[in-house]
Amino acid sequence: MRFERRDHPSRALTLLAPVGAILVALLVAGGLIALAGANPLRAYGLILKGAFGSRLGISETLTRATPLILTGLAAAVAFRARLWNIGGEGQLYMGALAVAGFGMIPALGAMPAPLAILLCLAVGAVAGMVLLLVPLGLRLKFGVDEVVTTLLLNFVAVLFVSLMIEGAMKDPLAFGWPQSVPVPDSAVLPQLMARTRLHLGLLIAVAAAVFTWWLQSRTVFGMRARAAGLNPRAAAFAGVPLGRTLIAVACLSGGMAGLAGAIEVMGVKGYVTTDLSPSYGYSGIIIAMLANLNPIGVIGAALFSAVMFVGADSMSRALSIPSYIADVTVALSLLTMLVAIFLTQYRIRR
Amino acid sequence: MSPPASPTAPRVLDLDGITKRFGPVTANEDVSLHLDRGEIVSLLGENGAGKTTLMSILFGQYTADAGTVRVEGQELPPGKPRAAIRAGVGMVHQHFALAPNLTVLENVMTGTEPLWKLRSDRAGGRARLMALSEKFGLKVDPDARVSDLSVGECQRVEVLKALYNDARILILDEPTAVLTAQEAEGLFSTLREMAQKGLSLIFISHKLHEVMSASDRVVVLRRGRVVAERRTSQTSKEELASLMVGREVKRPARPPSTPGRVLLEAADVHVGGRGGASLKGVSFRLHAGETLGIIGVSGNGQTTLAGLVSGLHAPDSGSLLIDGQTPARHDVPHAIAAGIGRIPEDRNAEGSIGDMTTWENAVLERIWSPEFSRRGMVKRAAARAATEAIIRDYDVRGATVEGRIRLLSGGNMQKLILGRVLNAGPDILVAAQPSRGLDEGAIAGVHERLLEARGRGAGVLLISEDLEEVIGLSDRIRAIVNGRLSPAIPVEKADAQTLGLMMAGDWSAAAALEAEASHAL
Amino acid sequence: MSVLFDILSSVGMWEAVLRIATPLIFGTLGVLLCERVGVLNLGIEGIMTFGAMVGWLSVYNGADLWTGMLVAAAAGAMFGLLHALMTVPLGLSQHVTGLGITLFASSFSYYLFRLAVPTSSSPPTVEPFRPLAVPVLSDIPFLGPVLFTQTPPTYLALVLVALLAWGLYRTPLGLALRMTGENPHAVDAQGIDPVRLRVFTIMAGSALMAMGGAFLTLAAFNSFFPTMVQGRGWICVALVVFASWKPGRALLGALLFAFFDAFQLRLQTVVDGVPYQLFLMLPYLLSILALILMARRARVPQALMQPYRRGER
Repeated sequence: MRFERRDHPSRALTLLAPVGAILVALLVAGGLIALAGANPLRAYGLILKGAFGSRLGISETLTRATPLILTGLAAAVAFRARLWNIGGEGQLYMGALAVAGFGMIPALGAMPAPLAILLCLAVGAVAGMVLLLVPLGLRLKFGVDEVVTTLLLNFVAVLFVSLMIEGAMKDPLAFGWPQSVPVPDSAVLPQLMARTRLHLGLLIAVAAAVFTWWLQSRTVFGMRARAAGLNPRAAAFAGVPLGRTLIAVACLSGGMAGLAGAIEVMGVKGYVTTDLSPSYGYSGIIIAMLANLNPIGVIGAALFSAVMFVGADSMSRALSIPSYIADVTVALSLLTMLVAIFLTQYRIRR
Repeated sequence: MSPPASPTAPRVLDLDGITKRFGPVTANEDVSLHLDRGEIVSLLGENGAGKTTLMSILFGQYTADAGTVRVEGQELPPGKPRAAIRAGVGMVHQHFALAPNLTVLENVMTGTEPLWKLRSDRAGGRARLMALSEKFGLKVDPDARVSDLSVGECQRVEVLKALYNDARILILDEPTAVLTAQEAEGLFSTLREMAQKGLSLIFISHKLHEVMSASDRVVVLRRGRVVAERRTSQTSKEELASLMVGREVKRPARPPSTPGRVLLEAADVHVGGRGGASLKGVSFRLHAGETLGIIGVSGNGQTTLAGLVSGLHAPDSGSLLIDGQTPARHDVPHAIAAGIGRIPEDRNAEGSIGDMTTWENAVLERIWSPEFSRRGMVKRAAARAATEAIIRDYDVRGATVEGRIRLLSGGNMQKLILGRVLNAGPDILVAAQPSRGLDEGAIAGVHERLLEARGRGAGVLLISEDLEEVIGLSDRIRAIVNGRLSPAIPVEKADAQTLGLMMAGDWSAAAALEAEASHAL
Repeated sequence: MSVLFDILSSVGMWEAVLRIATPLIFGTLGVLLCERVGVLNLGIEGIMTFGAMVGWLSVYNGADLWTGMLVAAAAGAMFGLLHALMTVPLGLSQHVTGLGITLFASSFSYYLFRLAVPTSSSPPTVEPFRPLAVPVLSDIPFLGPVLFTQTPPTYLALVLVALLAWGLYRTPLGLALRMTGENPHAVDAQGIDPVRLRVFTIMAGSALMAMGGAFLTLAAFNSFFPTMVQGRGWICVALVVFASWKPGRALLGALLFAFFDAFQLRLQTVVDGVPYQLFLMLPYLLSILALILMARRARVPQALMQPYRRGER
């Protein structure tokens, strides 16, 4: 058996790949549900119902999708330029922590909301950037592979959050729970739907996706970043400043992840804890791959994950199937997506 | 002693009716070939004639669609390199199949013992290696790391590896490509000695003089078919050349040059070795309307020299003046802005990005210019129009503006690169190995473009390992040896002997010729 | 100062070093094997988690401890097979595939664990490996209790280091493996199939990773809980770079690392005023430091992360 590169990967195949990948993942996960003694179809039905069956369900799904879009973008822009940023989780926490810390400045509470919100978003993004610039600096300066360093920094970041919320930033009114002082009301993102948790952050995330798409497909920077990722040697020959381009990509990527953390704090929680993110940073990697690194596709992939997570929560209550099935399905879909992308590019010959 | 090659020598190898297709491309069509004991047979053909494919089939790396391989009468099972090795076939690859981080002995011994043995017999291996090295005069240090060896030494290791495997039939794929003339001569005498001792050899090459001096018999391959077979004693270079190419190829004639002002002047430039050989004090001048050819054995600093002029490297010391001025910065945008057009040595790794579109590849190196971008936004319409012009003017076949460039053939890729460079109207053109890997038709096209550029007053710096090309196109010729440039000789004085000496680092004759030429001016 | 001396002279501290090092030794050897044949295996974090879970689950359901280790190894090999099939014959991105395996294997572990133990606030425990005193040797003062009253898997890990060092440097198979990580074309040219070598080696390496995970539940913590691997897998990936891909140095790296870990644990209890999180950060920061120190010096296997397809260069 041999694999032969397709001359012209068909557009239909490319668009079908994620659908096929998700179907296969659902099929395998269905087997695991059956293993647990439940009917997979019924389970999937309940997942859909949980995610879409009610106003609350829909709002929860969209709320959940918001940080996932941003962490998905963080991974997608970085991977495009072959910058292996696996540190989205840590960058998210740093963004969240920075916003919470910034929120403690008394002047912020007195500011008009739009200004306070803009400032907070910027602070969160910058914090995420900084955390990614460290491993990028190590790569450019010492040749240290950024995969492992970004991974390790995730743990450092969460420990740092823990340190701060048990120390300098601890909320004295939280009955001893380790959580930060809440951000002032002026920095809280307005709601989009009454009596739900859905907030302005969703629109910010979607805007970020569109902005990223524009940046990648229409600007000199986008073209250079893509070139640097696809063939660094040829990019250097064509005069692309590799180091500077990577730094810009890192700022964008880390910024998106930091933004995700800031928005979670400003829109949903109000304060920081060490369980702020149920692995949003890692899920972002899956979402980016499912979207084939396309920023607009990230929105769809994030929605799929959000549906699985929100739906599985309510399904697990009804069927006593562990809600981890959502994590399993989403992770599986990453693996199947990799194979699907391969099949769009190669054909199998005997 | 084994008998010398003679009509009665036993047949050791028979390839019969080999056909191999890759998708729509037929690499070998009904190829038959035989080899007698103690014989050296050359397999001659242009790039892409199917030589390497044929040998990979013999060696079991590819499976043929039809045909058989018999070694000493026994048919080899297809697709099994192991069986080929057991039958006594050894291959010395064009790109060495060596591990730089392992020692010579480790490289040679890999795969020679049963895998599941609990202890490798190093002492035995070393003794055997030393005995072979003695017998065939191939000196190596068994404990040296391969990364510390020279190219010639690596090749010796490759040959020893095959002999260590009891090879009785040895295939050498373009073995001289990386050697100096002297090293190549040494190799030929080693091959002779091996044949005397009963080995049978297949020597793959596209260089006529090597084929003539190294082999007993020549098999000519063209477009995957055997087109002729001659005893070396009964043929000539001229006959082989026309057999190999299949038609008379006329390379464009070079009109006389009228050198103008100095466009590029390097004075004692040093560049440290960044992934290539370093430059150790390079000085030269390039005038408007002339072509300066740089010859040399690969790995002597050509790549770094091209990189220097292309803006990839800044001089560590010394100066590089472009049109009499030191550029504000030694980087690619400044080089291009100063009017330097660059044809890279490696079209695929350096000159193009396969998964980007044709238009992106066409404008990427000038994307900073107001022609193609404004305030960081790409002017897509202008970029597309410029690309369309290139495709049309340079007859880039198979390219569409929005298509990915990965599938272009080498010749068309080179046309696109020429187009993007020449349409910007450069004053200086750096062409590194511009015809490497192209077929004759495409080469003629490239040469025509280079002469055109010279004709309209550009200075062309031609860096090439193809002597014929350099002689055909250049006005003056320098050799690069170990990071230094020889004196320049006028092309009229460039005979094989002078050039050979220049490439070997003996520059006394060249210096005299240079002095003579400057007197004549 | 005397506090430091007390810590450094206590038998408990040095005995803990070997115990803490054991899962790292398994994991590092696993990564080392995979990378020696040219494949990065970022599945390690998930494979260790799955090994920890499945080893525990087997023993919890009545299997004996060694069967638990074996089940973990087999499960690890299966994840290794998945990783190998995707990265070797298909040549998919080793980074992304590995991360995918990690995400899949860990969520799958949690899923199975929740199925087995639907509701419980404190995770059920199993009877773990007991320290095994080696006769005579364990009576040596100081060294005896430190080196020779460890649990059996720790001895196994040490034996594996020696075995692997021998195997890689003294046997024909080891030479072929090293060559595969340097230049798979050369291996192929010698008639050995590098694809098969890679696949089987990744399976073996992944089995070791899973055993390292199983050590956590079957010898160290006695029970399973999510996120218990805590980045140990990533630390192993860093340690392999630190070790320059040599088994002996991998052992050294794991021990050095475990020393700092054991030391900071003890220091935490005696030093006041320093937040414990700073101590917990140390292992990760040390790993990064190790990477910085070795990044340019190590002899990286030349074919690392280069997919191999016949006839392509």
